[in-house]
Amino acid sequence: MLSLAGVNTHIGQYHILQGVDFEVPRGSLTMLLGRNGAGKTTCLRTIMGMWRASAGRVLCGASEIQDMKTPEIARLGIAYVPENMGIFAGLTVRENMLLAARGGAPDEKRLAWIFGLFPALEKFWQTAAGNLSGGQKQMLAIARAIVEPRKLLLVDEPTKGLAPAIIGNMIEAFRELKRTDTTILVVEQNFHFAQSLGDAVAVMDSGRIVHRGRMDALAADSALQAKLLGLSLEAHP
Amino acid sequence: MKRNGLPLALLAVLVLGALPLVASLPIWITLTVAGLAMGMMIFMMASGLTLVFGLMDVMNFAHGVFISVGAYAAASVLLALKGQAQAPGLAANLLAIGPAVLAAMALAAALGWFFERVIIRPVYGDHLRQILVTMGGLIVVEQLIIVIWGPDLIPLPRPAALTGSFIFGDAAIERYRVLAVAVGLALFGAMWLLLNRTRIGLLVRAGVENAEMVEALGYRIRRLFVGVFVAGSALAGLGGAMWAMYQESVNVQMGMQVLVMIFIVVIIGGLGSVSGCFVGALLVGLMANYTGFLAPKLALGSNILLMVLVLLWRPRGLYPVAK
Repeated sequence: MLSLAGVNTHIGQYHILQGVDFEVPRGSLTMLLGRNGAGKTTCLRTIMGMWRASAGRVLCGASEIQDMKTPEIARLGIAYVPENMGIFAGLTVRENMLLAARGGAPDEKRLAWIFGLFPALEKFWQTAAGNLSGGQKQMLAIARAIVEPRKLLLVDEPTKGLAPAIIGNMIEAFRELKRTDTTILVVEQNFHFAQSLGDAVAVMDSGRIVHRGRMDALAADSALQAKLLGLSLEAHP
Repeated sequence: MKRNGLPLALLAVLVLGALPLVASLPIWITLTVAGLAMGMMIFMMASGLTLVFGLMDVMNFAHGVFISVGAYAAASVLLALKGQAQAPGLAANLLAIGPAVLAAMALAAALGWFFERVIIRPVYGDHLRQILVTMGGLIVVEQLIIVIWGPDLIPLPRPAALTGSFIFGDAAIERYRVLAVAVGLALFGAMWLLLNRTRIGLLVRAGVENAEMVEALGYRIRRLFVGVFVAGSALAGLGGAMWAMYQESVNVQMGMQVLVMIFIVVIIGGLGSVSGCFVGALLVGLMANYTGFLAPKLALGSNILLMVLVLLWRPRGLYPVAK
């Protein structure tokens, strides 16, 4: 579904991505892990065309997208949830959703399905998004990304700053999303969340992919986790 | 009281607080209507600039020449159609005022399109260069105005139906000021509906908050930028035409003369906030008229003092836009 080959990205004088290669198989949930500053967010932003790749190829299905502008990439059916959630605080929940539904008013059935995933959004439908709690904002950010069927969903640290109970809700929501066969790439720091959901995993370090494989294999290998991520599963029950 | 109601309460405090100071009800009514009319005209000129600030993060110091160009275009049409403009009867006057206003908006819009495309587009994201190139553009257009219309002030008699006053008891209210209030209210209503009831308005409001995210949702924000810049320039042209008829003359510096007040309004209101711009413009218009009567030497300084006080109270303006 998504394939990066030799992708390099420069931001000013800094060489952030230094030849990134990995693939996200169709219908899978792939976790992109790595320490702070490894280049995970830059990787997602490069896929979305927010940073321009200075070399390499990004393929989405049959389309080569590394030279496309962000709106064109989004119109291919790629949705992006940034680390800061990117919700429009001055707009209501309804208006945020309406804006994301490019085809017009959101489909009622799909909306009902989204309300099933995130009941709080129905309750606060006419509330300014800026007045929502952190967890509700994250729910809105993800709901907005899936208000229409998407080919590929890119999500940057969906659990960042969330309470454990909300993270549990998020895990359930992503499980439901996986049942729809949506292809998903998630950047994550929370290993518990990653191992609960991930089919495949790629680990980044210093702007390169240093490990690719199955998520369950990495979850079962404490030594590899410690080597790649500097953590152990025991620390994240 | 809701937080959003406080700036309106401030407006009420200013209006009611001026009454005992002025100490004469007829004069207070005249000053209040004059202040509201002035505020409405400033709103017409400032509303486009606040959206340009908020949406595009562009500091356009050339906004004043859109006002001047609008004023000159309107003056040219009104002087060319002098027969209709000075004929008794509103219908005949409208045959001159309508084309004059349309010419002002069209010429200012065309100039705005040229500015966005040629002068501002290369310096998006660079405030220092924006200030330099827009100041440069301002000087060039001012000189072009002198070449085309000459350096001297051009007297512009007000259309006949807009001269004179309505008399209520001892209070005299100029007809033109009533028209300015009506046009300003209509414009604010139209902008409110556009911004809050249409998809384009939704995009503009979202773009003011986070343009990058709007692009990530699949919208081409550049087209929106151009549309807003051109519309903002057209509104400045409309404001220029109204201001010219209010002053009954046009001169090269008129845009720059009101630009200080426009910047005060945009800052007081909150960058990118049309509602804030509206309330800010009314505050500035009223303050200028009350202090112009009570302490003429403090007229301009009073608005700067108002800005300081508002920013001490709300550092991001009366109605800050979430970013």
